[in-house]
Amino acid sequence: MTRKIGYVQAFNEAVRQEMAANEDVFCAGEDIGAFGGVFQSYAGLQKEFGERRVVDTPISEQAIIGLGVGAAVAGLRPIVDIMFMDFIAVAFDQIINQAAKVKYMFGGSATVPMTITTGGGGGLSAAAQHSQSLEALICHIPGLKVVYPSNPYDMKGLMTSCIRENNPTIMIKHKRLLGMQGEVPEEPYAIPLGKANVLREGTDVTIVSWAKMANDCVDVADKLASEGISVEVIDPRTMQPLDTETIIESVKKTNRVIVVHEAVRFAGLGAEVAAQIQEEAFDYLDAPVGRVAAPFSPVPFSPVLEAHYQPSPEKITDAVRSVLARPGA
Amino acid sequence: MDFSTDVLMDMHRRMVRIRLFEEAAGQLAEAAKLPGFLHLYVGQEAVASGVCAALTDEDQITSTHRGHGHLVAKGGEFKPMMAELMAKSTGYNKGKGGSMHISNLDVGMLGANGIVGAGAPIAVGAGFANKYRDNGVVSASFFGDGSTNIGAFHEAANMACALKLPVLFICENNEYGEFTPRDKTMAITDIVDRAAGYGMPGVIVDGMDVVAIHEAALEAKKRALAGDGPSLIEAKTYRFYNHHGVQNLGLKYRTDDEVEVWKQRDPIFTFEDRMIEAGTASRDDFDNVWAELRADIAEAIQFAEDSPVPEVDQILVDVYSATPGAAS
Ligand SMILES: Cc1ncc(C[n+]2csc(CCOP(=O)(O)OP(=O)(O)O)c2C)c(N)n1
Ligand SMILES: [Mg+2]
Repeated sequence: MTRKIGYVQAFNEAVRQEMAANEDVFCAGEDIGAFGGVFQSYAGLQKEFGERRVVDTPISEQAIIGLGVGAAVAGLRPIVDIMFMDFIAVAFDQIINQAAKVKYMFGGSATVPMTITTGGGGGLSAAAQHSQSLEALICHIPGLKVVYPSNPYDMKGLMTSCIRENNPTIMIKHKRLLGMQGEVPEEPYAIPLGKANVLREGTDVTIVSWAKMANDCVDVADKLASEGISVEVIDPRTMQPLDTETIIESVKKTNRVIVVHEAVRFAGLGAEVAAQIQEEAFDYLDAPVGRVAAPFSPVPFSPVLEAHYQPSPEKITDAVRSVLARPGA
Repeated sequence: MDFSTDVLMDMHRRMVRIRLFEEAAGQLAEAAKLPGFLHLYVGQEAVASGVCAALTDEDQITSTHRGHGHLVAKGGEFKPMMAELMAKSTGYNKGKGGSMHISNLDVGMLGANGIVGAGAPIAVGAGFANKYRDNGVVSASFFGDGSTNIGAFHEAANMACALKLPVLFICENNEYGEFTPRDKTMAITDIVDRAAGYGMPGVIVDGMDVVAIHEAALEAKKRALAGDGPSLIEAKTYRFYNHHGVQNLGLKYRTDDEVEVWKQRDPIFTFEDRMIEAGTASRDDFDNVWAELRADIAEAIQFAEDSPVPEVDQILVDVYSATPGAAS
C-alpha cells in the first residue's frame, strides 16, 4: 500500500525494514539512539531494536567510520551516521584511504557493505561548516558510491539499496528536504543505484540536477511550460556511479542542456557531466553545456548572501534561456 | 587566594555581560530575528569569566560552537557581536560567520567553531607561535566534555605536552554532548583523568564558582609561562538551556529536576550572595552593574537592527588574502 510520508520517514522506514530483515544490519552515530538523531532520521529505532543494534557513539567521526569499516570486513552490514556532511572531513582517512580501498588493496578478498549516512546542503543560514555540498569530493574516490535523493520515494528505495549494497555507499540527505512529503509504498522496495530518474519529460532543453535543486528545476520547468518551453529534468539520484546513458539520451533529443547544483562550480559535478556530454554527444549539441552553481567561496552565513550564493529559480531560468538563445543546427 | 574587590567585580561584570548578551540573543532568536543555529552559554558564565580574567588582551583563546560567552569574557563588544548574530555588515565577521564562527582577533579570540574539537589544535598552534617568539603570551582552548572524544583533542593535547607549549586546556564539562549524556559516550566520569595520559597536571574545579576557576587559571598560566607546559582544567558546569535554542524544561534527554538543581547553583547569583555576605559589595552595587549593562545591550540591539545587511558583492571578498607579486 502507498501513502504519503516525509523524506526522513522514508529513510527511517528503509532502515527499519532492512534491520528487521537482516540481523547483521546495525546503526551507529552521534545522538541517533535515545534521541533518534538530530534530524530524527533514526527515531524509534533504538526502542525497537535495542542498544545492541542502534548505538549512540562518542563525538568521534574517525572512529565511527572506522567502526563501520572494521565491522563490515568482519561480516556485519553497518549503517554509520555522520551528522552533517561537513564533518566527513574529520573522517576522511577512514573514508578515502580505508573504506574505499580495502577491497582493491586486498586483492578483492575483503568486502565493505557499509552505508554512511549524512546531511548535506545549505539554505539554513548554517554558515560555512554546516552547509556544504561536498558530493564531488567523494565521487572522485574510486571504491565509493554516492547517493543523493530528491524525494521520499527515491529516498526509501535508494536507502534500501544502499543497505543491501556490498560496497561503501554514502547516502546524503538534503537538509532542506527533510520534511518533504511524497507517496511511498509501505512494503520494502529497492531502486537500483546508478539509475537516473526523468523527473519531468520535455523536448527543448535538458536540465540535470539532484537533491533539492532537482525539485527547484522542476518548478522552473513548470513555469517555462506556460511560455511554451518544454524542459526535461533528469535527476541522476546516484552521483557515483553516474547514469550518463540517460543523460546522453536526453541530450540527443533536446540538443541543449544545463547542469544545476548547489556545490561550487569549479570542479563541481557539473564539470564531469559537461565533459561526458561533449565526449558522447558533441555532434548533438546546439549550445555549450550550461552550468548553474555556487560561486567559488565558502557558504556565507548571511541569509542575503546565501540566497545569492545558491542557484535561484531566476538563475536557472536565465541559463535555460541562454542555451535556447543559441541558433540550432 | 584572596582577590581584590576590583578583580572580583571585574569577574562579576564579565559574567553579567555574558548572561545579558545570551538572554537577549535567546529572545531575538525566539522573535525570528537571528538566522541560523544558536548555542547559548547561560549557566556556564563563570568558566569563561574566571579564565579570561586571568588572561591579557594579547593572550589568545579558541572556542566552540557555544562561543559567545568566551568572546564576551575576552572583551568582545556587544555591538559588533549582536550585529554578527543578526548577519549585518557591521558584525565582527561582516555577517559571513554568525554565531558559530564569531571571532575577534583584536581581543585574541580565534573563533567560535562549528567543528567539535577543532579549536584545541589551533590553540596549540598559537601556543607554538608564542613560545617561538618567546613573547610571554599564552593561549587557552575552551572545549566541551564531548569534544574530548575526538581525535583532534588527543593530538592537540599530546603535542602541546610534548613540545611544552604555553597552553591552557579548559574543559567545560556540562555532562552532555548535544542530547546524549556523557556516561553513554565515555567510560570515565572526570575528563581530568585524561591529563595524566598526556603528562600534564589536571584539576577539577567547581564550574559554578568563578573564583575557583580564576585561581586554577592563574596557576595554569604561571606554569605555562614558566616553560613547564600545558595544564588541563575541568570545570564541572551545566548549560541551563537546550543544546541549541532557548527551551530549558521539558526536554526528553534530561529531567527538569536536574535543571532546577543546577539553577540553584547559578554562578552569578551565588557569587553575589557570597560577596554580599562577606561585605565585599552591596546589592546596590550589583544592581547598578546589571542596569548599566542592560542599557548597553539595548543599545547594541538597536545598533544591530539599524545596521545594513552585507552587499551581495561581498560574497567573493576575503576568500583569499592578497600576496604581493602573486596572481589573484
Ligand atoms: C566534528 C563534529 N561532530 C559533531 C558535531 C555536532 N555537534 C555540535 S555540538 C556537539 C556536542 C558537543 O558537546 P560538548 O563538546 O560537550 O559541548 P557542549 O555542547 O556541551 O557545550 C555536537 C555533537 C560537530 N559540530 N562537529
Ligand atoms: Mg558538553
